[in-house]
Amino acid sequence: MTSTHSAGSAHILRLLWMLISAVLALMTIFPLVWMLVIAFKPAPEVFAPNFLPVSPTLGNFLYVLTEVPFLRYLANSFFMSATVTIVALFFHSMAGYALARLHFPGRDFIFLAMFSTFLVSLPVIIVPLFILVKALGLINTYAGLIVPSIFNAFGIFLLRQYYLSLPRELEEAAIMDGAGRWRIYWSIVLPLSRPILAALAILFFLANWNAFLWPLTVASDTNLWVVQVAIVNFKSQYAGAWNYVMAASTIVALPMLVLFVIFQRQITESIKTSGLK
Amino acid sequence: MGRSDMTYPSTTLASTTAKDRPVISRRNRRDWLAGYLFVLPDALGLLVFVGLPMLLALGIGFFEVDGFGSYKFVAFKNYARMWHDPLFWSALRVTVLYAVMLVPALYVSGLGLALLVQRGGRFATVIRAMFFAPQMVSLVVVALVWQILLVEKVGAIGRLAAAIGWGPVSFLGDPNLALITLVAVSVWFMMGFYMLIFLGGLQDIPGEYYEAAKIDGAGPVTSFWYITLPLLRPTSFFVLLVSIVMAAAGGQVFDLIYVMTNGGPVNATAALIVYIYKQAFQLGAFGYASAMASLLVVMLMLVTLLLFALTRGGRFDHD
Repeated sequence: MTSTHSAGSAHILRLLWMLISAVLALMTIFPLVWMLVIAFKPAPEVFAPNFLPVSPTLGNFLYVLTEVPFLRYLANSFFMSATVTIVALFFHSMAGYALARLHFPGRDFIFLAMFSTFLVSLPVIIVPLFILVKALGLINTYAGLIVPSIFNAFGIFLLRQYYLSLPRELEEAAIMDGAGRWRIYWSIVLPLSRPILAALAILFFLANWNAFLWPLTVASDTNLWVVQVAIVNFKSQYAGAWNYVMAASTIVALPMLVLFVIFQRQITESIKTSGLK
Repeated sequence: MGRSDMTYPSTTLASTTAKDRPVISRRNRRDWLAGYLFVLPDALGLLVFVGLPMLLALGIGFFEVDGFGSYKFVAFKNYARMWHDPLFWSALRVTVLYAVMLVPALYVSGLGLALLVQRGGRFATVIRAMFFAPQMVSLVVVALVWQILLVEKVGAIGRLAAAIGWGPVSFLGDPNLALITLVAVSVWFMMGFYMLIFLGGLQDIPGEYYEAAKIDGAGPVTSFWYITLPLLRPTSFFVLLVSIVMAAAGGQVFDLIYVMTNGGPVNATAALIVYIYKQAFQLGAFGYASAMASLLVVMLMLVTLLLFALTRGGRFDHD
């Protein structure tokens, strides 16, 4: 009697838990769904109370892609994000490997110095960084957009953690065979890092695709605009044309949301581990 | 650093006798060189693009920079100017208020969601992903989407507010509501990240602790209070540290404020980082902006040290 009673209440508790979670989760994604819905609404329907568009249209997307050089901005964003991601992964894995496995004087100091930049955020150094990049003649260049975005302690830290946990045996066999450090790194360590590099690649690409402040500051030339900067300008230009603004936002955000659905496990796992130690 | 052309007998790695020490140190020196060359690109990059700007900010704060880029040493004039600048004080107040509201809200929502989706299974995984989804979207898009939602009377949330009898509210136009609204949007965007960090921390707590507590007759509230919270201290420390720095100086916070309210209405949301940016890039006051940035760094360092002192780096004597 009591056991069926408690089983029943456990069942009810579980249902209640599912209900609360589902409601909260749906509320969380509602703004993103709303963006998507408005992107398909014709102008007069934007603020109508109906949820789904009465007469859905692709016109907003067509307008954004044809009336504005939006493809160019997309290409800029892609080029910048991809370049930063590839170079950063390469540099960070090299540094992470050396900091985890090689012994050299000053290693711990170098690691601490690098790690201490972890909490330095862009808004704090944006003024001197701009002055520096200007002195280097890199304002309104792709190099100015890309190079300062490469270096971040977070990636080095995560890769170092990963290499610390990698079994040493494989490297040791190569050392016996007389392989140099570069060979070991290139043909043994790098292939073994594929899982973490894949996860970090997504995170880095995402961060750079979504970056706004640095591109806004370093590139006023419209030919160098990335999508995030372009959308903000687009919005002030077409004030009130929310259907266009949401179509543009959808074009920018949807690829990342799709990426997330595909690589959800890798993304969440790599973030989960970043909080420890 | 090419491949090594030498083969070492395996004993040199395992034991160090006086006889083979020269071979070891040769190997060591090759490793030294390799180590330095491997860290060089990142070390140099961080030095030039993070370390140097930090130092420059401190330095430029003592200069007055004019529109033609000529520098005039003015000692503490920029700091004195801060003291007399009501907009600086207002910006500082906004930053502190924003952090004071955001940090606890992120802690509670992050931990709450983590506890909610802690158990495994398909359903929980999907729910987790939904909570994390806003993180995929840029703050520019977030700001624009929420602007639409919050439009007075006709926006989705504007309508909701009217439906529950909260009259027509202008969430972003009312100076008393704008900052709280920004905090709410920030929580919505960031809670998924902290949820994952807390999930990582929760996973590290051995299940036996809970089982033992259950046998002793502890309810869920007791085990949460006496097992979960104390064992989460390192995670809590990390969450507090990161969220405080992010709230006061984070790039994403800048993006959100800049696009969503641009500091308005009447400076109600002009946080320090926004005011610094405007002084530098709209008024050309690089010196003044750098002085304020330096002060922000010093304040953040003090908060960090205080947090370290209070929590001993999150590592309490429970172990």
